[in-house]
Amino acid sequence: MSVIVMLIIIGVVVAGGFLAAFFWAVRSGQYDDTVSPSVRMLFDDKKPENKEVDKKENNPEDS
Amino acid sequence: MSSTHENITPCYHCGEPCEEELIEYDNKTFCCQGCKMVYEILQENDLCNYYDLQQSPGITLKNRDFKEKFAYLDNEDIQQQLLSYASDTLNKVVFYVPAIHCSSCIWLLEHLDTLRPGIVRSRVNFVRKEVSIDFDPRQISLKTVVELLATVGYEPEINLESHSDNKKHRSQRRLMLQIGLAGFSFGNIMLLSFPEYLGFEGLNPELQRFFSWASLALSLPVVFFSALDYFISAWKGLRQRYMNIDVPIVLGILTLFGRSLYDILTASGPGYLDSLSGLVFFLLIGKWVQSKTYESLSFERNYKSYFPLAVHRLQNGRKEVVQITELQAGDLIEVRNREVIPADAELLSEQANIDYSFVTGEAATVIKSRGEHIYAGGRQIGHPVQLKIVKAVSQSYLTQLWNTDTFEETTRYDSLIDRISKYFTVVVLLIAALTGLWWYLHDPSLLLNAVTAVLIVACPCALSLATPFTLGNAMAILGRHKLYLKHMNVLEKIWYITTVVFDKTGTLTRGSSGHVHFHGRLSADEKILVAAAAAASTHPLSRQIAAELLPAQTLQPTRFHEHEGQGLEAEVSGRIIRLGSAAWTGATPPDNNRQTRVYLSIDDQPRGYFTFGNVYRQHIEQAIATMQKHYRLVVLSGDNEGERANLEKIFPANTPMVFGQEPAGKLAYIRQLQQNGEQVMMFGDGLNDAGALRQADVGIAVAEDVSAFTPASDAILFGGSMPLAGRFLQLARLSRLVIYSAFAISFLYNVIGLSFAVSGRLTPLFAAILMPLSSITVVAFATFAIRGLARKLKL
Repeated sequence: MSVIVMLIIIGVVVAGGFLAAFFWAVRSGQYDDTVSPSVRMLFDDKKPENKEVDKKENNPEDS
Repeated sequence: MSSTHENITPCYHCGEPCEEELIEYDNKTFCCQGCKMVYEILQENDLCNYYDLQQSPGITLKNRDFKEKFAYLDNEDIQQQLLSYASDTLNKVVFYVPAIHCSSCIWLLEHLDTLRPGIVRSRVNFVRKEVSIDFDPRQISLKTVVELLATVGYEPEINLESHSDNKKHRSQRRLMLQIGLAGFSFGNIMLLSFPEYLGFEGLNPELQRFFSWASLALSLPVVFFSALDYFISAWKGLRQRYMNIDVPIVLGILTLFGRSLYDILTASGPGYLDSLSGLVFFLLIGKWVQSKTYESLSFERNYKSYFPLAVHRLQNGRKEVVQITELQAGDLIEVRNREVIPADAELLSEQANIDYSFVTGEAATVIKSRGEHIYAGGRQIGHPVQLKIVKAVSQSYLTQLWNTDTFEETTRYDSLIDRISKYFTVVVLLIAALTGLWWYLHDPSLLLNAVTAVLIVACPCALSLATPFTLGNAMAILGRHKLYLKHMNVLEKIWYITTVVFDKTGTLTRGSSGHVHFHGRLSADEKILVAAAAAASTHPLSRQIAAELLPAQTLQPTRFHEHEGQGLEAEVSGRIIRLGSAAWTGATPPDNNRQTRVYLSIDDQPRGYFTFGNVYRQHIEQAIATMQKHYRLVVLSGDNEGERANLEKIFPANTPMVFGQEPAGKLAYIRQLQQNGEQVMMFGDGLNDAGALRQADVGIAVAEDVSAFTPASDAILFGGSMPLAGRFLQLARLSRLVIYSAFAISFLYNVIGLSFAVSGRLTPLFAAILMPLSSITVVAFATFAIRGLARKLKL
């Protein structure tokens, strides 16, 4: 029967790990704004080196 | 503005119709130099992605000129107040930018560092419409940062008060942590209670003890951290001899915990820890929903945000920038074009042309000459003027209106739930006492069991969830239709309203686009000339004329001169157009003029005058028709009686209409109504109604531009949604019905639970099912009922 005690302890420790992760996420401000990051990840950041190429791509109305 | 714009090219940057100017650049059209400039800046820096993310995402830059506007940001005191962190190499600042509205905005604002060296990083918080910027003060000054923002169309709203809300932020995070912890404990305790749920009889007693102790350990943080705020709130309430809803909740939590502790210590049962943690978990979620609705709607503002924060003071022949609070009577100040006059003052310059639209909502400007008294809140239009402060800022007109005794009402508003909870606790204690007495007489061994069971099952968690969910949903629905309430209490206050008072200008009528009529005769060619002259001016009336005439072809005046406060003179195609006052154009005005008029002369020949009529909002009569069934209606107007006939067509017969009311008069009228026992709701507009809006039990500011709200109001209604106002009130009234029904459901559960508890048959398993079930039913009912009703009202 003591195996169940072990399992429960392991279970609670694993859940506790997730709880700690949640605490860390909240504390570091990840839940302060849930809208902007969802938009931000869709932006393509371009490197300034290929400026010429990008300009053409970015102005569809020019072509 | 109407459909006539459909055939006009929209501006590539801001999407507004190019009605006054049309600039072509790079195969794209722009409505003004400002928009074109932003495009150029973005193009140079390879940021044209901005336009790909959303069509015409920009903010119009028409009539924006901020040459010296931000000069005060060089003042060290002001800088210190604004910066959240300052060192020699890095400064951090957070700005509130109301213009943030789409993903392009986020993209552009987060790429500020590519626009200007010195900006290290910028991050947008979309929900709060804030941008936080880190910059290097050696390379770029705060003023330049703000100017850069303003140049690309994101002028921050700088308000020295706005930097104290860090605390709120932290409490929001704390709530998240509390919810997370309660959820964690709830789940794990349920897991440990499974043998109990399944009626597992043959369980090893040692193991059972282990489960109980583990549950107890898991529940400790729930009681002492997650539920902490309820203890604090209940304690505070009790100290003020006030029974709030948190008192019975705390009573329930404590009893649950105490009883479980006793059961576990004496090994007589598994306790009610799963119910306890579940209860706290659901309660906290309700609280979170509530605070979310507040966060997205909060508009607590200070009157100071209406006034420029700094002004130019003239001292010893030198100009210096000072904060308005430092101004004293006798100081000389200079106010430039479109700046707000911060305090009551005497005019020292020859003439000033004051636009009081900020205060009164009327578009016409007032001409003041040397020595005249100018009230705070107006804006100078045209050349800079010098003023002598008569009264320090805190005493001036608007602040006086603000600081009248009525605004400092401290009487605590008793919300419905507070009133119920007073009785609730008493009744619960009474039932517990009676149960105790009965069992004492019959079977004392069951006494403790029954009494604690009563306290546990009567815990009003479902009750306390009904209000936030109903009103929160109602608020969200109203918000979708652009009625923004300051607080949920506003809905409760609407339940008791008996009289609805309307202001006319800007509320029943549309603020800026009145009907323009020309009295006189003009040929089609002349119309083009006049339109060209009017379009060259930024004066509100000229713009209305230009929009009304809407010429078939656009001409540019060859010569243009605007004589501040009198009118304009323009030469178009060799002819001289004059628009302005009667004196300016050589016309003779009538003696008893009741209208706003602009006179016109062509080649020194008076040709007639323009009048600006009142255009009532479309379908306003719908709102009136719905409201007249339930409320007494009153019209209070600052204007003359000229509109009485039109108003009588809209309003039912016998509606009281009072004209020519000063702000103080409106306030007094509303107070009079209240003394007669009426609960008054007021729809008003503009700062001069602020007093009346505040005096009214519910004051609703009607604004064309939502950012132009009045701080005194309980709610902001977007002007275009005015016709829906009747249905809004219906929904508010129905929300009461929903809450009462939800209360009934909650009471029903309590009665069932109590009947078991009183008879001493409440098992932990039963409590664990009943309590969350009642919470969930109430929440589901409240949400679906109010949404269903809204759909029925077509909201």
